[in-house]
Amino acid sequence: MAKGRIIIDIDRCKGCALCISYCPVNILELDLTTTNERGYTPLMTNDKEKCIGCGFCAIMCPDSVITVEKFIKEAK
Amino acid sequence: MSNVKTVYKKSEGLSDFHLSYCPGCTHGVIHKLVAESLVELDLLDRTIGISSVGCSALNYDFFSCDMQQAAHGRAPAVATGIKRVKKDAIIFTYQGDGDLASIGIAEAIHAAARGENITIVFVNNAIYGMTGGQMAPTTLPGQITTTSQNGRDPETQGLPLKISELMATIPGATYVERVSVHDPKHVFKAKKALKKAFEIQRDKKGFSLIEFISTCPVNWGMTPKGAVDWAVDNLIPYYPLGVYKDKTEGIE
Repeated sequence: MAKGRIIIDIDRCKGCALCISYCPVNILELDLTTTNERGYTPLMTNDKEKCIGCGFCAIMCPDSVITVEKFIKEAK
Repeated sequence: MSNVKTVYKKSEGLSDFHLSYCPGCTHGVIHKLVAESLVELDLLDRTIGISSVGCSALNYDFFSCDMQQAAHGRAPAVATGIKRVKKDAIIFTYQGDGDLASIGIAEAIHAAARGENITIVFVNNAIYGMTGGQMAPTTLPGQITTTSQNGRDPETQGLPLKISELMATIPGATYVERVSVHDPKHVFKAKKALKKAFEIQRDKKGFSLIEFISTCPVNWGMTPKGAVDWAVDNLIPYYPLGVYKDKTEGIE
């Protein structure tokens, strides 16, 4: 099960792909089927289940496109 | 059952404007670090930023603190004036290498010499970005730009200026460090340096300058990741990272 998830603000994305090269689990790619409101090819995730919520993509994103959330298990 | 915890989101120190920078430019990462540092130190309300001329000229729209635009290279002089009138304000200037290292070097040196209690965020990408990629004082030997088409020739154009080393020799400077934002680890280090600079200013300990090694993918003619790798392989060996001066720790 995914340990975290990312939320992509598609219309802020400039498709620079800097985040893709820093993802340790390689689940990021550009969505070549669409363009956003500013004409860029935006980011998407190809396997949400693998996300570990490390936040590397968001830290390296120059345009604050990515919000990272981590799932925390409640103590029994 | 699981709870959701937000571990990263856009900083409150940034406005909702879309940044005007080219895709993959690390100016955006540096903007985030400035904003996050000010928010985490709870200084954003009393911060006044000085934007310069260059790619970062429009950054008065991007930060959610008060901003003032300065004439080309004159940001440290404007910062001095504002700081002297509003002593409790936190003042930072955000300048590129065209602004600080060439036209505005006198203002920067004299602000440091006077020991003004301000913070300079200096972004070094080894080129004049906004005007189309001309040779800057920080352009590396052999680097091809629109005004050095056979590569910079040290015989006629001299060697690049090392601003952090230069500023560290000025007695009035309190804290000078060079950082990079080429991977998450160095981004954390850069944020630590920036927070320290703002703390020094908050505690009225004097002048601080943080130099960021940045990239210019468009004018270097590279992909964003290629530009980051080029900076690691070429810029950082010429401009070594580290603390060049820290009076609070006795490093001179």
